[in-house]
Amino acid sequence: MFKYLKQLFSLVAMVAVLFTFTTETMAAKKSKTLKNTQKKGFVRCGVSQGLPGFSNADAAGNWTGVDVDVCRAVAAAVLGDANKVKFTPLSAKERFTALTSGEIDILSRNTTWTLSRDADIGLTFVGVNFYDGQGFMVRKSSGITSTSQFKNGISACTNIGTTTELNMRDFFNSRGISYEPVAFEKADEVVAAYDAGRCDTYTTDKSGLAAQRTKMKNPDEHIVLPETISKEPLGPVVRQGDSVWEDIVRWSLNTMIEAEEYGITSANADSMKTSDNPQIKRLVGAEGEMGAAFGLDNEWNLRIIKQVGNYGESYKRNIADTGILPDRGPNELWTKGGILYVPPSR
Amino acid sequence: MNFKLKDIGPQLITVLAVVLVFGFFTYNAQVNMENRGIDFGYGFLSQESSFDVQFSLIEYDGSHSYFRAYLVGLLNTILVSVIGIILATILGVIVGIARLSPNYLINKFAAFYVEFFRNIPLLLQIFFWYFAALRALPLPQDAEPMFGISFLTIKGLFVPAFIWQNFNVFFYSIVAAIIAIIVIRIHAKKKQETLGKQTPVLFISIGLLLILPLLSFLIGGVRLSFEIPVLKQLATTSFIYEGGVSLPPELIALALSLSLYTATFIAECVRAGIQGVGKGQKEAAASIGLTPNQVLKLVIMPQALRIIIPPTTNQYLNLTKNSSLAAAIAYPDLVLVFAGTALMQTGKAIEIVSITMFTYLSLSISISILMNWYNKKIAIQEK
Repeated sequence: MFKYLKQLFSLVAMVAVLFTFTTETMAAKKSKTLKNTQKKGFVRCGVSQGLPGFSNADAAGNWTGVDVDVCRAVAAAVLGDANKVKFTPLSAKERFTALTSGEIDILSRNTTWTLSRDADIGLTFVGVNFYDGQGFMVRKSSGITSTSQFKNGISACTNIGTTTELNMRDFFNSRGISYEPVAFEKADEVVAAYDAGRCDTYTTDKSGLAAQRTKMKNPDEHIVLPETISKEPLGPVVRQGDSVWEDIVRWSLNTMIEAEEYGITSANADSMKTSDNPQIKRLVGAEGEMGAAFGLDNEWNLRIIKQVGNYGESYKRNIADTGILPDRGPNELWTKGGILYVPPSR
Repeated sequence: MNFKLKDIGPQLITVLAVVLVFGFFTYNAQVNMENRGIDFGYGFLSQESSFDVQFSLIEYDGSHSYFRAYLVGLLNTILVSVIGIILATILGVIVGIARLSPNYLINKFAAFYVEFFRNIPLLLQIFFWYFAALRALPLPQDAEPMFGISFLTIKGLFVPAFIWQNFNVFFYSIVAAIIAIIVIRIHAKKKQETLGKQTPVLFISIGLLLILPLLSFLIGGVRLSFEIPVLKQLATTSFIYEGGVSLPPELIALALSLSLYTATFIAECVRAGIQGVGKGQKEAAASIGLTPNQVLKLVIMPQALRIIIPPTTNQYLNLTKNSSLAAAIAYPDLVLVFAGTALMQTGKAIEIVSITMFTYLSLSISISILMNWYNKKIAIQEK
């Protein structure tokens, strides 16, 4: 019954929120999201309900993760303080509605960039902060070491409302394997059901598998199979229609990645101001007018690097050091064999 | 004229205000969706859904349309509601009568059951039964067969499937038996009204229901065989049963928790109904020589039902709506399949949520109409 009520309420709330936004669209031609954010004094950021390494809250309510760091970078750029972020945990199902209805201004929630999402539902993806792919987890004791050993009748636990369900169908269909999809609304229940033995395999993005494995009763009893069955470029999303805000989020992320490329870290950022390399000087606000186009001051990017760190620092702190995925794989800089490549800040 | 206007004026204004408010919201939603580049429309219903569903009563896979996925969800919702309503009614009536039992143990046990189950939030009970069941049930390879043919495991209940030959002959024999029973009943009633003689209708009915289908086996060429589930190995430690029919543990847990919860409320309705019939009725019936069974069947129950039906209708409605909690434990009902996965894949929030709301509304109203019709039928007929 609560579910039913909840839907009714969310519809009413949605309609009400849509109504408030009519008045807002007319007000500012520049970035009304930026203006609102500065007025409120915090960045409204939608994150997951708890995915270690990406967005996860500790017992004290402090959020950490690479997705969280994107929002913190934006807060450092536009408000001067990386801690001025209000995090809203969202389920996969709620996330886009929360963004399009204006409940949040950035959705940084391990969200896959796809054509239909980008084109259809009033969203704009601004970049990729993690290159992922869907994989399978199985119990070690099952003796399965490759997806080629899957047989008819296998049951697979997963989440609803994700690209996972579609990839899973494509995967099993193309191999002619009949399977039983068991789709839950929340990740915790998926893990609990798989852990109890309800399903033979658990499928989601590989980073998610690695992270959820740490939550299992006995992480050592499970392995992630080597095959990757899909491309999952995960990245932050903003509402369509505010291109300045879109640029701010995009270039906040780009700044973190480029800072790593040029060896600028949170520790040495200040000293880099006197560097001989003009590209480095631009990245720490010592040359050019890099913030003006966004309506920001010149040291916006310096603040990101100083307060949040570069992409490498963020990855190490959240994903490598926590034992989730020590190997950066495709998420290494293009100069070091990965595919992280961003346009230059100039 | 003046008097009339005064009468309907406030109502007109209310209607106008409601229409205006709705119009305003609709207009705003339209303007904003256009600004945000969101299309509105129901065209997506015919598109390919491209996701599979665990459990479906009709043939479905990802190559079917979103509308088909909607039907799958709707039928699953109806299935769990019907199972829940039947179980809750049976259990509710038994417990309701048990609460009036003079036997101290039965009486107190029924009271304890009612107080315990109706005071724990339903979602909690669903989680409890689901995860308790998952923890307690054996893996397929460890399952002990029930009656040698069924297996209750963590992956579901596997029962034999019926395989029919000439099923239509068997079906017609049952239809014929039912028609014969109806004819005999009408005839028996007439006979009792005119001649005062009673016919053992019940025995004749049971006899017909047994003999006609039996004949269809003997001379109609009907054959029935069973396909018994067979254990199949998927990997070193993972097994599944193949063949037969499987009921997912999600359905079992959901139907169980819904009926255990709702039965407590129905039990209270039944108790109230029986206690609501005047004591004098029972004594008067006994004094004209009716047996205790006849007292219950002919005097108490017809009157008690009038009190029981309306509040029980509410409980049926509640059960149907509560079945939407299924999403929490992966039972593919309307909310999970349509307002969940389909909404996510298409992004058509307003369309899908509105369809889902209207569907639940129609389901509830259908149950209401049915129960009101039944209520009217058993109500006192003023002559």
